[in-house]
Amino acid sequence: MYDVLVIGGGHAGCEAAGAAARRGARVGLVTFRTEDIGQMSCNPSIGGVGKGHLVRELDVFDGLMGRAADRAAIHRRMLNRSKGPAVQGPRLQADRRLYRQAVAEQIGESGVELLVCEALRLIVRAGRIEGLETSIGTLACSALVIGTGTFLDARMFVGEKMIEGGRHGEQAARVLGAQVREIGLGQGRLKTGTPPRLDGRTIDWARLERQPSDEEQWTMSALGELAGRPQVHCAVTRTTERTHEIIEANFCRSPLFAGAIAGRGPRYCPSIEDKVKRFGGRDGHQVFLEPEGLDDALIYPNGISTSLPKDVQRQFIRTIPGLERAEIVRAGYAVEYEFVDPRSLGSTLQVHEIAGLFLAGQINGTTGYEEAAAQGLVAGLNAAATALDLEPVRFDRRSSYIGVMIDDLTLQGVSEPYRMMTARAEYRLALRADNATTRLGQAALAAGCVGDRRRRHIEKHFARRASPAWVATEEGRADALYAPYLQRQDREWDAVRRDSRIRLGSAFDYGAVPGLSNEMIERLSTARPETLDQASRIAGVTPAALSALHVAASRAEV
Amino acid sequence: MRALRDRNGSLLDEALVLRFDGPATSTGEDLVELHCHGGRAVVAAILDALGAIEGVRSAQPGEFTRRAFENGRIDLTEAEGLADLIEAETESQRRAALMMAEGGLRKEIGAWQERLLGLAARAEAAIDYVDEDSVDGDPSLSSDCGALAEGLSRWLDRPRVEPLRDGVRVVISGPPNVGKSSLLNAIVGFDRAIVTNIPGTTRDHIEVPVAFAGVPVRLTDTAGLRESGESVERIGVDRARRLTELADVLLWLGEPGDVPDHPRAILVHPRSDLAGRRQPPTGTIAVSSLTGAGLAELTQVLVRKVRSVLPAEGEMALNARQAGCLDEARQALEQAGRSGDPVIAAELLRQARASFDRLTGRAGVEDLLDALFGRFCLGK
Repeated sequence: MYDVLVIGGGHAGCEAAGAAARRGARVGLVTFRTEDIGQMSCNPSIGGVGKGHLVRELDVFDGLMGRAADRAAIHRRMLNRSKGPAVQGPRLQADRRLYRQAVAEQIGESGVELLVCEALRLIVRAGRIEGLETSIGTLACSALVIGTGTFLDARMFVGEKMIEGGRHGEQAARVLGAQVREIGLGQGRLKTGTPPRLDGRTIDWARLERQPSDEEQWTMSALGELAGRPQVHCAVTRTTERTHEIIEANFCRSPLFAGAIAGRGPRYCPSIEDKVKRFGGRDGHQVFLEPEGLDDALIYPNGISTSLPKDVQRQFIRTIPGLERAEIVRAGYAVEYEFVDPRSLGSTLQVHEIAGLFLAGQINGTTGYEEAAAQGLVAGLNAAATALDLEPVRFDRRSSYIGVMIDDLTLQGVSEPYRMMTARAEYRLALRADNATTRLGQAALAAGCVGDRRRRHIEKHFARRASPAWVATEEGRADALYAPYLQRQDREWDAVRRDSRIRLGSAFDYGAVPGLSNEMIERLSTARPETLDQASRIAGVTPAALSALHVAASRAEV
Repeated sequence: MRALRDRNGSLLDEALVLRFDGPATSTGEDLVELHCHGGRAVVAAILDALGAIEGVRSAQPGEFTRRAFENGRIDLTEAEGLADLIEAETESQRRAALMMAEGGLRKEIGAWQERLLGLAARAEAAIDYVDEDSVDGDPSLSSDCGALAEGLSRWLDRPRVEPLRDGVRVVISGPPNVGKSSLLNAIVGFDRAIVTNIPGTTRDHIEVPVAFAGVPVRLTDTAGLRESGESVERIGVDRARRLTELADVLLWLGEPGDVPDHPRAILVHPRSDLAGRRQPPTGTIAVSSLTGAGLAELTQVLVRKVRSVLPAEGEMALNARQAGCLDEARQALEQAGRSGDPVIAAELLRQARASFDRLTGRAGVEDLLDALFGRFCLGK
């Protein structure tokens, strides 16, 4: 009998398993292969603007990603360095193999049991999760986290070729996918893509603009150590008119345009054929050449993800300066996968209809390692809460990007893969990558999910904040810089809190509210806001509907 | 027609009684209307008789509209339009309210919001897409923010809806004993204010509602502005100073050089019948409250000034709440235009968007409801 079972050993699954274990749960992690634990299946970098903020927040709860990234870092860049502390985003290139090792080691130390098998069927009785049928037998559990990423009934496309599977050379979770649809969770399909991998030895580096690593040796984790690895440089090049001509001439051979892929891709991270189709007239699109590892010649050309046939990929790659003789080691491909409407989840990522069932990561319609990992934390902390009868851990928009993401997902749902951006956070000036411990330290201590080292670090941090020397620290100076705006935001937050005291609850009968149109009833019933404040953020809910709701809810309370 | 009787059976009135069955009524509930004769005694007797019935009470301010709204008979925008329509006393008020209800202002707001959203998107792109060379630097963002702020300014300079609704505040002001109260009496046409030749007779202000050419005006006489050792008078003087600041139109009876800074001041040369005061200084209107000389000219000028603070016939006018939100947005945009920090500029643009949200009711539900339902006086 497990307290918590986690399906999937990716970023969401590992963080969920680790977080639940840190809260004291007995955790089993179900994965197809142990080698897949901590796999970076797409780009070899961690962090960025908004994403780096997520990693820092996750780190306060002793998450795995920040420390693993530090141990595998081979290139660092603090993005937006010139634009002020609120939007500076730490990003680093991680050696793929070292990163996987670092995650696997942390999982190994956490006490999480690895269960190598295929998850086949959820066992749900009377609206409550009771266990999981797997290829190695039935496992009982009190709570279960699904973190299957793109593997749910996934299909890969390279040109006209279609292969079942969620990642190059791996299986898809088809059986589970069918059940998820059966119990009414499946919503539709999304797609994502990855570029071809190049052999770095065939790239003419001398011709390219180099991007050196930052001189300052910052770490992703507050407890991170500089692993002292050699720091490599990246390089920038761009597509040419000739590249675009080749791509355009082969639109008909792209599964995206030929109709084979129905799922919607991310606006924020489009394939090169999408870019050419939408911004065709531009002189060129940037391509960042990122090394995948220290003892690995593979190069990840960021910016040209594609599902065109392999021969077309080879042809257009060679029209890019510096890549004239580049060899493709592995072709790029698109993945189309099943996702679940995250509006069927509450703010702990528990499925409304099934007690004890949690969903985290790409299955909820997000894209990106950091987004997945942060959801894994939320699901893991709360799955443990369900199993062990602990306090749930909720995140809000005022104090974390994690809160922004969960709120967006569970209230708005997604129509395309969701990626974190600072523009999503209305309290952006308060949510900085440099003050994650200040924002979340107390919550992490209260959740009881941190080790001794972290606890001491958090306590020391708050002691330092209270000292007169604080104003001269980097974080103290940033506080002062934004103080006038933060005060104003405090007042805004008061208004939010006032509306959030008007509770609707998941059983609220929207059909009984006079004056609500059918459209409003449907939108509200789907998202099931817990409070009036949440209702006010659901897309398309009109002021008139909100007022009607306000009156009805206030009356119901009296 | 029915006979209305109290519980003892004595006849109160013969009245027209209309019965409306819910839910197809204005509030969605069952309604009865009593159309009685208008004498105060009749109305009071009927209200007394109704009040004696258990469970019957008078409606709270705005209660009928609130019930209509709660029962889904009207939505919020209709309620706001209805509020204006109920308060409309003149034809131009009614037309302005109808225009609001039909979404005239909403269309204008929609256009501003779209421009604002465009600006915000440009500011955000520069923050979240650091690597992309296509969004680096946006030199025209600052000036575009400033341009939108100016556009809003022009709207804010336009006449507001309040003077139309509450009457234009015309304040008579000046030093003691220059004939302010006499002028009020002369304009109103009867002895409303006490007039003596003792300086400081008017201690508190006196407000008289009058109509000039169909326009509602609140004509206010104030205590003479002087430093006084006497405490009651001092309070009156302080109040007079405040009223002077709040005046829509100021009638200044003191020396032209002493006139307080005011956008719509009329310089009056009073007591022009007195020897030694026959020659008015340039720019002033000579008036004698005693003989009535100059009163017609003054009234003419006054009406012109009063009209200038009122929305023109058929022109949309903002109320104080709307203007407040719009002004917040304008300030934020202006600051965004001046800020050199792209993140701060983005924050200011976000604030401007929040102000627009408040304007349309997208945010701060409670505020909007308070503002709306607090405006009603009795009943529907």
